[in-house]
Amino acid sequence: MQNDIILEATGLTKEFLGFVAVKDVNLRVRRHSIHALIGPNGAGKTTCFNLLTHFLVPTSGRIRFNGVDITGRSPAAIARMGLVRSFQISAVFPHLTVRDNVRVALQRPLRNSFQFWRSDSMLDRLNDRALALIEAVGLAPYAGLPAVELPYGRKRALEIATTLALEPEMLLLDEPMAGLAHEDIDRIAQLIRKVAADRTVLMVEHNMSVVADLSDTITVLARGEKLAEGPYAEVSKHPQVIEAYVGTGHG
Amino acid sequence: MSTRNVGFLLLAVALVAPWVAYPVFLMTALCFALFACAFNLLIGYAGLMSFGHAMFFGLAGYVCGHAIKVWGWPPELAMLGGALAAGALGVVTGALAIRRQGIYFAMITLAFSQMVYFFCLQAPFTGGEDGLQGIPRSPMLGGLLPVHNDMVLYYVVLAIFLFGFGAIYRIIHSPFGQVLKAIRENEQRAVSLGYNADRYKLVAFILSATLAGLAGSLKAVVMQFATLTDVTAAMSGEVVLMALVGGIGTIFGPVVGAVIIITMQNYLAATGEWVLVIQGVIFVAIVLAFRKGIVGEIADRWRAYSAGSRK
Repeated sequence: MQNDIILEATGLTKEFLGFVAVKDVNLRVRRHSIHALIGPNGAGKTTCFNLLTHFLVPTSGRIRFNGVDITGRSPAAIARMGLVRSFQISAVFPHLTVRDNVRVALQRPLRNSFQFWRSDSMLDRLNDRALALIEAVGLAPYAGLPAVELPYGRKRALEIATTLALEPEMLLLDEPMAGLAHEDIDRIAQLIRKVAADRTVLMVEHNMSVVADLSDTITVLARGEKLAEGPYAEVSKHPQVIEAYVGTGHG
Repeated sequence: MSTRNVGFLLLAVALVAPWVAYPVFLMTALCFALFACAFNLLIGYAGLMSFGHAMFFGLAGYVCGHAIKVWGWPPELAMLGGALAAGALGVVTGALAIRRQGIYFAMITLAFSQMVYFFCLQAPFTGGEDGLQGIPRSPMLGGLLPVHNDMVLYYVVLAIFLFGFGAIYRIIHSPFGQVLKAIRENEQRAVSLGYNADRYKLVAFILSATLAGLAGSLKAVVMQFATLTDVTAAMSGEVVLMALVGGIGTIFGPVVGAVIIITMQNYLAATGEWVLVIQGVIFVAIVLAFRKGIVGEIADRWRAYSAGSRK
């Protein structure tokens, strides 16, 4: 059964100068599932996320990816192992074209990225794959445009295309729906579902209908601790979860 | 007008220039143009603002001069030595400086350049405040090039400048340059894609330092002396000014900026300290009026114009 778990965190804790943002969280993400991390503001979701990808270093606890202990590795090394994250604020390379944004990701496995003496025309052979990825997220008409000129929802799509270019085994999406217009939400949700067909997705998300719709498993965090875990139908009836979100009703 | 056409036009100007203008002045301008291009490689394409680039420029001048005058090296080898010395200094200072960003990065480079300044002031081989004087113009390539003649030396300097400029162009348009631009645009995202940003920044820093050193060596050969002025913080500031005036992140900008600043210093030298005041005024005017520098602004207008005429 161990093989079924792609990402496992045990006793994950992060303190900022005495303030405990994440406290003793245990998390197991099943392979090929969509796992959501939810919780009210300040619950430690994003901190948890940054710990998993090592953009923050945990105070204590271990993280295992595919059975390998990745605690203490650099963010870039973790990405190269196939665990790739997105950011809350759409992360694109603003003054590169849409195509070049994706191409930068495709370039990484080529191991040519320190070659400063060769012409970048050698990257042209990546163009077809870049364009195919761009088309898959519905950005084909914008391929030659600088990313900065895309509307917000399209930047999200571009970010996902760039992430997919790495062919990651697992994606960590930090609030993929944040700031999106209604019509964009449906499109991105479909995209995530499509992507998750042969991958694992862990996401932090506030939009409950998206979470209910997409997730196989939900982990609820509150004040840095794990409150509940399970499928949406189960978690949504959990009394402590309702309390955390709605309050006790007595003020 | 494409980049290529602009390049050919500038090359044509550079080829006939010594028949019209004073060759030593033109050679000085080329040295500073190469220096500004090397600096621009770092700020324009890696997004790193160095405030200590004079240490590479100045130190390389001393090393190159010493190698020619005391060790009797041929100038071409001495220039290579100067560039490599600057590159080695770049490895040490860069490895520490790139750990910090923005203003902290700039301050670390400034601190290092001040250390190098005091080293050059005190070291036995630099001649202290007098500088290293009387560097002979020994013939190059085993006597094939009689560089004591200004006209011959001019074309040698132009060839070396073109080599350095071509190297920078290639670096910018290489697989490495592509990643560098991505890191400049969004470092965190580049890291999340698996690129170890610090290593790319360090390589860019070393390349920039080496090319700045080549420019400094070239200047020592042209002027026949290496001076303390070239290691000062003021010189570090001057190269920032040249890149800004011409246009940071444009390929020709630093060349134009360097030519403008050197011309100004040359023709306004008679006004004494007023050169600095006039330079300051021009700097403020350009930053306010053309935020992208002269070349950056022209390129933008040209793009807008040709886009408009296509419609």
